[in-house]
Amino acid sequence: MTVQTRIIFAICYIILAPFVIGLLDGFDRKVSARMQGRKGPSVLQPFYDLKKLFEKEFLTANKAQLFMVKSYLCFILLSGVLFFAGFDLLMVVFSLSTAAMFLVLASTSTHSPYSSQGTHRELVQMMACEPMELLVAVGFYLAMGTFKVSEIAVNSKLGVMYLPGFLVGFIFILTIKFRKSPFDISTSHHAHQEVIKGVTAEMVGKEYAYVTLAEWYENAILYGIIGLFFINSNPLSIIGVVVAILCVWFLEILIDNTSARVKWQLMLKLAWGVTIVAAGMNLFLLEMIKG
Amino acid sequence: MSTIHKSPWLLHYDGSSCNGCDIEVLACTTPVYDVERFGVINTGNPMHADIFLITGGINSQNASVVKQIYDQMPEPKVVIAVGTCACTGGIFKECYNILGGADTVIPVDIYVPGCAARPESIIDGVVKGIGLFKEKAAALEAKQKAQ
Amino acid sequence: MEMLVTALICLPFLWAILPAVLKVTKVRSFFVYLGCAIVMALSVTTAVLWFAQGSQTLDFNLPFNGVFDEIVLFGDLFLMCLITYLCFKWKKAIISLLAIVQTLFVAGLEFFATAPEETLTIHIDYLTIIMILIIGVVGSLIGIYAVGYMHGYHIHHHKELPDHRSFFLAMIFVFFGAMFGLVTAQSLIWIYFFWEITSVTSFLLIGYTHSQEAIDNSFKALWMNLLGGCGIAVAIGIGYLSLNTVNLYKIIDLAIAHHTNMLYLIPIAFLAFAALTKSAQFPFSGWLLGAMVAPTPSSALLHSATMVKAGVYMLIRISTAMADNYVGNMVALVGGFTFLAASCLAISVSDGKKVLAYSTISNLGLIVACAGAGYEETIWAAVFLVIFHAVTKSMLFQCVGAIENTTGSRDVEDMQGLISLFPKLACVLMIGIAGMFLAPFGMLISKWAALKSFIDEKSVLVSTLMVLFVCFGSATTMFYWTKWMSKILGQSGKEKSRDLTKNNEYVSMFFHAAMMVLLILGFPWLSNNVLKPLTYDMFSTVKQVISYENITIMIVLLVGVFVIPFINYLFSKNQKGKQVITYMGGANAGDNFNFVSATGDPKQMHISNFYMEDIMGEKKLFTPSLIISTVIIVVYLIMVVGGAF
Repeated sequence: MTVQTRIIFAICYIILAPFVIGLLDGFDRKVSARMQGRKGPSVLQPFYDLKKLFEKEFLTANKAQLFMVKSYLCFILLSGVLFFAGFDLLMVVFSLSTAAMFLVLASTSTHSPYSSQGTHRELVQMMACEPMELLVAVGFYLAMGTFKVSEIAVNSKLGVMYLPGFLVGFIFILTIKFRKSPFDISTSHHAHQEVIKGVTAEMVGKEYAYVTLAEWYENAILYGIIGLFFINSNPLSIIGVVVAILCVWFLEILIDNTSARVKWQLMLKLAWGVTIVAAGMNLFLLEMIKG
Repeated sequence: MSTIHKSPWLLHYDGSSCNGCDIEVLACTTPVYDVERFGVINTGNPMHADIFLITGGINSQNASVVKQIYDQMPEPKVVIAVGTCACTGGIFKECYNILGGADTVIPVDIYVPGCAARPESIIDGVVKGIGLFKEKAAALEAKQKAQ
Repeated sequence: MEMLVTALICLPFLWAILPAVLKVTKVRSFFVYLGCAIVMALSVTTAVLWFAQGSQTLDFNLPFNGVFDEIVLFGDLFLMCLITYLCFKWKKAIISLLAIVQTLFVAGLEFFATAPEETLTIHIDYLTIIMILIIGVVGSLIGIYAVGYMHGYHIHHHKELPDHRSFFLAMIFVFFGAMFGLVTAQSLIWIYFFWEITSVTSFLLIGYTHSQEAIDNSFKALWMNLLGGCGIAVAIGIGYLSLNTVNLYKIIDLAIAHHTNMLYLIPIAFLAFAALTKSAQFPFSGWLLGAMVAPTPSSALLHSATMVKAGVYMLIRISTAMADNYVGNMVALVGGFTFLAASCLAISVSDGKKVLAYSTISNLGLIVACAGAGYEETIWAAVFLVIFHAVTKSMLFQCVGAIENTTGSRDVEDMQGLISLFPKLACVLMIGIAGMFLAPFGMLISKWAALKSFIDEKSVLVSTLMVLFVCFGSATTMFYWTKWMSKILGQSGKEKSRDLTKNNEYVSMFFHAAMMVLLILGFPWLSNNVLKPLTYDMFSTVKQVISYENITIMIVLLVGVFVIPFINYLFSKNQKGKQVITYMGGANAGDNFNFVSATGDPKQMHISNFYMEDIMGEKKLFTPSLIISTVIIVVYLIMVVGGAF
């Protein structure tokens, strides 16, 4: 991959990701509403919300919060650039967990009961997801012989053929990552109100807008990883990628609308259980094949 | 151009209400009335809310709470008193602990009468409130520019 | 060079007499400072001189080598008598058996068996020099810290305890001497002697307060470490009787040359076993947790620079003989398992020192696992972790000790808003915690290298398990550090009070912090000029462990962690915003720390972290961890020993 293509991909990510993910979010709300027998808001609603949040008056419970939130956004952007410019997948995961730490520090800096409660649940969520994220990187390394996203993407092999268990595990933790029911316990992606919006409870106006934006950028990376399972050197595989991402997107909406929130204990056990069973078995088989 | 009128998030506070109005407020979010089509989200957090929706009267216990929640909402914001009790104190008005309607502690922009208020009239109130946002947002912008 | 190494080993032993006999506090403190300065200077001089001379691997004899041999032999017997006496004194006679059996066995061999051919006694290479630097620099700083800390400990906090500071400070110097001896010696007999000294001194340091808890814990440490000593004794025995050498390096070479013959693997297996006890891996973690009862400098000493590093040093030393065989698998599995189990346990405890203890065990687990895998990448990662962990952990222990002296509590829950109460202490603590787990710092690089090479590991089962251990272990590690960090950076409703930390404590802590920042910034240099030659010495191949691309990413992340928040801070500093109180359902009593209770009075609100005692609690996980790790060790030892006969 030349430097120019890397830069082009990175810039595309920075510019396009919020639009694409925002739009997907808008359709998400529309589809959810239809599933519930409602009409639902406009598909541009997420953008209206974001713009509004930037325009609101800025209130603050602790001055430290704003720069932590901004750092969170910057680190997510950095991880995204690393991913879409084709660098090391493991580094992307590490960088994402550093970013998440800033979110945690931002929300606990206020000494608020709701955001503190939400933060600790958020920490549990991070703990539930992290093994699977790392394992995905490991899986790609085993199947393709490299951690580099650029090399994985143009490989002659199709990732999903070798890594079905990893894909299942990853889709499972995506529900947690997207803050969808039944795992919307630290905060939720829309209207639901567990612990007064948990992590973001004390974030006002633009702070909340930054977090929303960061989440869009993060979701772009996560969809990107899904895409990585379906891409290979054949240009036509792009179609497969788009179809796969849309399927996963729809599946998450379906799960969101058909399940009730669980306790964090159950979430942790389920996430780790699925990780060990699905990804662990797949890992073991891959090692066997490798010899 | 502000978009706040396109995504008014509301916070619902239940004062000393008989819960009749509260049920009607929640009815607005059901498929029958579906306020979300206007971009309305029922948040639980004053820091995220644009519209403060009060049902029930103000008593000596909750006066400070209502005041505090109102202060925690960022500008521009609209306050809607839903139901007779929130407007005037209603049938509880003469009770020993009741101070009166919501406007005894905070400025109220829209009054929605009814005992209990009908979902249609609540939505009507909310839409009227949304109409107020344009001027409020403009006022805020002018104020910020002046600073 | 001969003179320098002799001085390194002998001087601390002799210097220990000074604090022991001097009873005037001021004079004694002066001599302790001086001693620490000399030890530090000596170790740095040795390292610099060695680098200047072209960093050759050196083998040589000490002057008066024969005398040293005699000292070692009688020293062993003396230690045996000392342990026996102490065991009888505290009515734990059964433990003395361990000491008597192994010492008589080794001494008997020396007296009666035909002595193996004479070999050179001292070995200096990159690993030795790194260990000397760690012991010399980090250890001495702890010595300096100890003077101030022990003063406060006896004068302000524990007036009821008898003042044995002379003894305490003397023991620290004995420790230095033993560690220097341990890392430079070639002969297993010498190593055994120094090994036993560290066991006994740590036993004495842990039992310092003579409370019942301290006595129990110190004896726990004693028997576990003596058990490890037995491992070395067995290795010596086989060396005498079958291999005709007790030189550690020859034993390693033999094991590599005859990698199909299990007989040559037995001494390696028992040395590895000994090292596992010393580095506090499961099932031998109990002693390091018990070591918490001792005053903080000794915990810092045991956890960072000495004791546990002796075990790790031994494993890294023999790692070439462990690549892809049963011993290596055993060590890797025990290490990986410990990494995961200890980090889970760390989630459930709130005592700051205990969290640190578990994190030490967990981190050592990763190092041990790296050594057990025995590839270039993992050794590279292991040595890097050793350096990093020594500095960071020593700093963290000192910091928690200082916080305890100042606030009267070392509980993480009581550190709410430390950043506003004691900013200096909080900053040191933050740097330390960041160093332990955050992305661009030491841990990440090592984890990257470790994961990569565990995937490449030959045994399918081991490889799968190790990858799972590392992935889950990183998740749990992140959990307990982040929640501690969030506690420190929160808000506090307490009044500011006076910082009681002594200046010499701060000197030591800031020096550590500076060292850590230097280590991070100098990481590419360190990798190229120290770690790569080190792995080259051991494997005779040069491999770019981590690609330049990833080093660049690492540097970007590193700069990012400092620069991004800083720039954001500058940009948001002047952000106008109305100050509001946090949301508590509208029931705040005027601020963020109190709420209006049901009776109408303001009540203080306390925010607590998650401890997950019903999932990760010590009661739930500790015993199963012991059983699993014991099974791993026993099964593999049986496979090795059974394979030989």
